[in-house]
Amino acid sequence: MSLFELRLSEIHNRLHHKTLSVSELTEASFRRIRETDDRIGAFLTLNEEEARRQAKELDDRLAAGAERGLLFGLPAGIKDNIVTEGLRTTCASRFLSNYNPIYDATVMKKLKAAQAVTIGKLNMDEFAMGGSNENSAFHPTRNPWDTERVPGGSSGGSAAAVAAGQVYFALGSDTGGSIRQPAAYCGVVGLKPTYGLVSRFGLVAFASSLDQIGPLTKNVEDAAYVLQAIAGHDPLDSTSADVDIPDYIAALTGDVSGLRIGVPKEYMGEGIDPAVKERVLEALKVFESMGAAWEEVSLPHTEYAVAAYYLLASSEASSNLARFDGVRYGVRAADPDNLLDLYRRSRSEGFGPEVKRRIMLGTYALSSGYYDAYYKKAQQVRTLIKRDFDRAFERYDVIIGPTAPTPAFRIGEQIGDPLTMYMNDICTIPVSLAGVPAISVPCGFADGLPVGLQIIGKPFDEVTVLRAAHAYEGRTEHHKQRPPLTL
Amino acid sequence: MSITVQEVEHVADLARLALSDDEKWQFAGQLSAILKYAEKLNELDTEGVEPTSHVLPLANVMREDEPRPSWPIGQVTANAPEEEDGQFRVPAVLE
Repeated sequence: MSLFELRLSEIHNRLHHKTLSVSELTEASFRRIRETDDRIGAFLTLNEEEARRQAKELDDRLAAGAERGLLFGLPAGIKDNIVTEGLRTTCASRFLSNYNPIYDATVMKKLKAAQAVTIGKLNMDEFAMGGSNENSAFHPTRNPWDTERVPGGSSGGSAAAVAAGQVYFALGSDTGGSIRQPAAYCGVVGLKPTYGLVSRFGLVAFASSLDQIGPLTKNVEDAAYVLQAIAGHDPLDSTSADVDIPDYIAALTGDVSGLRIGVPKEYMGEGIDPAVKERVLEALKVFESMGAAWEEVSLPHTEYAVAAYYLLASSEASSNLARFDGVRYGVRAADPDNLLDLYRRSRSEGFGPEVKRRIMLGTYALSSGYYDAYYKKAQQVRTLIKRDFDRAFERYDVIIGPTAPTPAFRIGEQIGDPLTMYMNDICTIPVSLAGVPAISVPCGFADGLPVGLQIIGKPFDEVTVLRAAHAYEGRTEHHKQRPPLTL
Repeated sequence: MSITVQEVEHVADLARLALSDDEKWQFAGQLSAILKYAEKLNELDTEGVEPTSHVLPLANVMREDEPRPSWPIGQVTANAPEEEDGQFRVPAVLE
């Protein structure tokens, strides 16, 4: 059995009794990457030298009898839009192919404080724009369950690396579903925290009012541990919330009796694969058997969410990506005629098609004469979508539905049709617009491909989301299934 | 809503992108399709609905104005494509 199949407490137990070392864990991670990543393509940059140094330092500390951090010795993969001091950070873009950050994101400082070991940087859709990892400027990531299929995105490398057993856990980022959807496609757990719970300082901005960092793990308990390590107010991110951080691990009681569940009819209707719907209904039966009760609810503005999201996220992106001008970092076009030519050609040579498309859409929506019709209208619709959730949460503790309407699709199948691709996010985007937390947990298979169950909670009520997910997981075996990646 | 190639050129200029002719035609088609889809929002009456720019109830976040050391210049310019004497080098702006 792979070391990474062990529970976190068992790994720490073995480390404590010296039957396992951090260096062995680290080598197990690099060995697995060497064995599998030519087929998966999860990694963009490995941190071998520094990870080995970090592992040895942790082993020395352990030998000296020092206290262990919450994530002591665990091999971590980091999505490549989270800046890492001295470790190349590309956002899977040609533009940043040579960018070496001079500082760590706040989540990296927190992972280091919790004593996780950074194994390397994970592939993604360029600047987190996409749902398939086909928009990486370097190479696509493949789904470990079927390497002809996408792993989802944009945190596709993070989901695939965890599913393939290359790392113990990974960090991803979620703007419209970019943690939850790849978690669903790859059969792992992915948590998008409430907007503001985790600092965005050092996360390369895509859509600032939506972006949020979160964990991808093999089980819910690990997600609770990672969240515990990375949550909290950060003076360097003025949008990070100044709230007390509860004990997420203590929340995993297994007790969901009396839990009130709303199931949005809009997430179970047209466009949802019948097999996906079937898996969700089976999961609801599991909740019933544990003493929870569910009923149908309506989130009436769901059908408008995708349109509102693409206008808002693209508008924010067009503004955020203005910083990539070829002056302070990144690539610069050769022999520019003048400063304007330098900007235009550096950006055009550095950005891929999906990034250009969204910059164009956002610039158009914000341009003179169209602002009210598109941007402001979308912001008003966002208010209506948020009210749908506010209203539902007056009656329910959690909202449950599918994470994605279908299992993973084939590489190349949707890349020529942006609108079809955008529709894969129909169940995750409304949640992002409302800013509330949600987790995707494995709930079975459709045609041999993993299906994800989405559990959505009230703002800053990760405790209930994690408790519900953990109780469900404890009654099922889906999360223990591993992809048939033969060596 | 249909976007013309001329409009694509105008928006590309605002966004500081130099597009090839192929890209202009492609974006004209794709952006038209996306904006046509976005017209769906007009089915909703949003008269009097406050726009949401942000889900958290945050206004201005203030902090004490305490001096802190800045990054050393050598590190700030470490990733610059062109650097000279601790400054970012760009083509001449003035004739």
